Amino acid sequence: MKIVVCIKQVPDTTEIKINPVTGTLIRDGVPSIINPDDKSGLEVALKLKDKYGAEITVITMGPPQADAVLREAMAMGADKAILLTDRKFAGADTLATSNALSAALRKIDWDLIIAGRQAIDGDTAQVGPQIAEFLDIPQISYVKDLDFDGETQFTIKRETEEGYQILQAEMPLLITVLSSANKPRYMSVGGIVEAVEKDVLVLGAADIDADENRLGLKGSPTKVYKAFSKGVKSAGEQFEVEAEEAVGIIISKLKEKFII
Amino acid sequence: MDLQSYKDVYVFIEQRDGVIQSVALELLGKARDLADALDEKVVAIFPGDSISGKANLLIEHGADSVICIDSPHLGVYLTEQYTQAVYQVVEKYLPSILLIGATTIGRDLGPRLSGRLLTGLTADCTKLEISPERNLLMTRPAFGGNLMATITCIEHRPQMSTVRPGVMKKRERDIEREGEIITFTPVFDESKFRVKLLESVKEEKGKIDITDAKILVSGGRGAGSAGFKKLKELANVLKAEVSASRAVVDAGIVSHDRQVGQTGKTVRPNLYFALGISGAIQHLAGMEESDYIVAINKDKYAPIFQVSDLGIVGDVTTIIPLLTERLAKEKKSK
Amino acid sequence: MNFELNRRQELFTQMIREFSDKEIKPLAAEIDEQERFPLESVEKMAELGIFGIPVPVKYGGAGGDNIMYSIAIEELSRVCATTGVIVSAHTSLCVAPILEHGTEEQKRDYLPDLCSGKWIGAFGLTEPNAGTDASAQQTTAVLDGEDYILNGNKIFITNAGYAHIYIILAMTDKSVGVKGVSAFIVEADRPGFTIGKKELKLGIRGSATCELIFENCRVPKKNLLGKVGGGFSIAMKTLDGGRIGIASQALGIAQGAIDETIKYTKERKQFGRSISKFQNTQFQLADLYTKIEASRLLVRSAAFKKDTGVSYAADAAMAKLFASETAMEVTTKAVQFHGGYGYTREYPVERMMRDAKITEIYEGTSEVQRMVIAAKIFK
Repeated sequence: MKIVVCIKQVPDTTEIKINPVTGTLIRDGVPSIINPDDKSGLEVALKLKDKYGAEITVITMGPPQADAVLREAMAMGADKAILLTDRKFAGADTLATSNALSAALRKIDWDLIIAGRQAIDGDTAQVGPQIAEFLDIPQISYVKDLDFDGETQFTIKRETEEGYQILQAEMPLLITVLSSANKPRYMSVGGIVEAVEKDVLVLGAADIDADENRLGLKGSPTKVYKAFSKGVKSAGEQFEVEAEEAVGIIISKLKEKFII
Repeated sequence: MDLQSYKDVYVFIEQRDGVIQSVALELLGKARDLADALDEKVVAIFPGDSISGKANLLIEHGADSVICIDSPHLGVYLTEQYTQAVYQVVEKYLPSILLIGATTIGRDLGPRLSGRLLTGLTADCTKLEISPERNLLMTRPAFGGNLMATITCIEHRPQMSTVRPGVMKKRERDIEREGEIITFTPVFDESKFRVKLLESVKEEKGKIDITDAKILVSGGRGAGSAGFKKLKELANVLKAEVSASRAVVDAGIVSHDRQVGQTGKTVRPNLYFALGISGAIQHLAGMEESDYIVAINKDKYAPIFQVSDLGIVGDVTTIIPLLTERLAKEKKSK
Repeated sequence: MNFELNRRQELFTQMIREFSDKEIKPLAAEIDEQERFPLESVEKMAELGIFGIPVPVKYGGAGGDNIMYSIAIEELSRVCATTGVIVSAHTSLCVAPILEHGTEEQKRDYLPDLCSGKWIGAFGLTEPNAGTDASAQQTTAVLDGEDYILNGNKIFITNAGYAHIYIILAMTDKSVGVKGVSAFIVEADRPGFTIGKKELKLGIRGSATCELIFENCRVPKKNLLGKVGGGFSIAMKTLDGGRIGIASQALGIAQGAIDETIKYTKERKQFGRSISKFQNTQFQLADLYTKIEASRLLVRSAAFKKDTGVSYAADAAMAKLFASETAMEVTTKAVQFHGGYGYTREYPVERMMRDAKITEIYEGTSEVQRMVIAAKIFK
């Protein structure tokens, strides 16, 4: 079986802070990581490889530095890596990103494509399904668990608000995986030593036969109109009142903040 | 693309087992505001199996017309079936705006549909407005909620957006409202139906990891062992999880996996109630990054008040039951 | 000259740091409290190849280098010094001598299972009457046909009881002094070899430190490591390498303690402001931070020399001397910065202080390091 895992390099958003003066993101010194849902997607692929044997290719689109997440994925056990990088891809929204990735995926063989459900920097959950649409294959999103019959058929547990669904589909298929699906393995020491020596296939816009009008900023239907911070946390208020009144204050504050 | 030929605000109506989901009604409420600003109509796209009898409810909640897509293929949500049906409606009626609930269904359908329509989709919007140029301004959190971004989709139609349940407000039901009900029959390409649903299981969500909780009701020594029952009741009303300070965990009242602080877990919920927690430094280390902190404590100089957004000086054991009662009432009246 | 980590060292650092924080740190207080050898951690480290970092792939190792090995011990010890010493004693004191002095057959027989972590390694040199004066060995090995027969006791042996393979030093010829010491590879299941009492210690309490007892223990001739009479030299070279491990452990302990202290001084408020704002705090921490960074440069430089085949004995001694004394100073001050809290087990700095002390003692006390360094100066 040939598996492709789509991964994204993201800033560790738990470490991002807002500059209280300018209201902009402070990204300096914030480590870049493999997006957590994607890492669990890779673990799903690695488990399939452990059990049934598989060739795993990881693919990412990003700046040249995104090479780092591909190396990490190979150190975890992926066999090959593709880096889609080109200035023409820059500024892409999800549709243009999916277009570039699906164009690259048309160049290689696969039976199963795995993506993370969503990336922690955008939280859109759109690229997986859009790739499936462009490649004209079925998708199953929010995947918690996956069983393989060893031939062509997958039985999949999909998380829903109320519980879960059990779905069945044949290859070729695209799934999007939740980070809660598993605990991804660590890179192994031997894997690291090998991964830094391996070749990464670097592809640009010209290599994937994509319509340039559908790439990058130019190919993105959505544009960022403005970005702003939510505002800096102000000093808290304190009230010393009767219980009834206190409850009233709490409820009105929570409503004001749209928490309830 | 002739943008002028696209008009009206469409809402995808999500039903499960034939029950119209609350998020759909909330979106109709927002769609009404947007349509009024544009002086256009609100149209509900309502797929399902034998659901046309329920279409009137959508009109009563703000739709001017409802397009019912009634088919045995659409009883339960499956990506391809729904994408084909909604895609054909969009191709025929040319909506300017299409709103979808950001549920596990909407977030599966939305991107698939936007891919087929080759238009933009903005996920999890918290604010939707019409610009002076009559475009949709879609505002959403980014970078783990550290930043807000307003997104536009100016040159493509429909302008698609998903919105989480509970973000928009539904309108009061108006049983006098009238509208048009249209039946739409899609032509399905069944050869593309390649995913089979074997079973749907509903389960009680068991214990969750407190680090995943959106709301935490956390108790300290000041809540007392008897008080923890009251905390749990408050947590139930808020759909929150209960957590605790070290003192309470050491006393054996709450298990260690619910301890917040240096030797417990670091949490960052949207809302954190610190109830009877004085705020020892080791506790603060585990929770001060929470988005909104409400603290209740008898001691007005308790350190917890230095990190709380809203501090109440008072007795937890009297305030909590009152708060629970009021919140329960609020919920009912909704 | 280049002070940067290369790509694999960088990627390795990322992995071992995350692994230490997520898998090792949560257990540190518990294994200290219970004085329990963390077998579950050993299993996890084995899976990742941590027991054979600087060993060539052909012997079942990861094919890494001594800088990576040093980073591993540093990062593990940053959160749990016990775990650090388990890997250090295994790698530096058992795997390394076999790799460096073993025959091809011995390497093929022992290294794969040691590197995979199936077997743990240990090293037995110290005796009740042969501590710093390692030449005063009383354990004997007498040739009898195809076997050597070992008799004697070793004490303070790290990983004892959990190890499968022990490098044991014994006198094959008392008449020639240190030239009569030989090294042997002894499997744990050899009849006549038993584990004596377990020491109760001040620090690194999760590591197993026991006595080894040899009573007519027969070891085949093929288990002789190196030449007859070459044992003392093997032991000294082994300790040179071991000092890189212990220096890394000390460095990790110091880093862990200063990390905790920086965090604490930012959070702790006294007189209306966090104590990190006081100049006394800032200056003291600046000094400690500088010493830690200096330790790191010494340790990495010694590891680099070992990797490049340059003589590194004095470098390792300087690294160990400086890093261990720094660790003791940093952890003592870390407890002080934490005040009363620092003295309690609520915070990890008291454990770090207890753990730091041993780094000034084992694999050559600070005094021995000074002897080694002085020997280089005045040779």
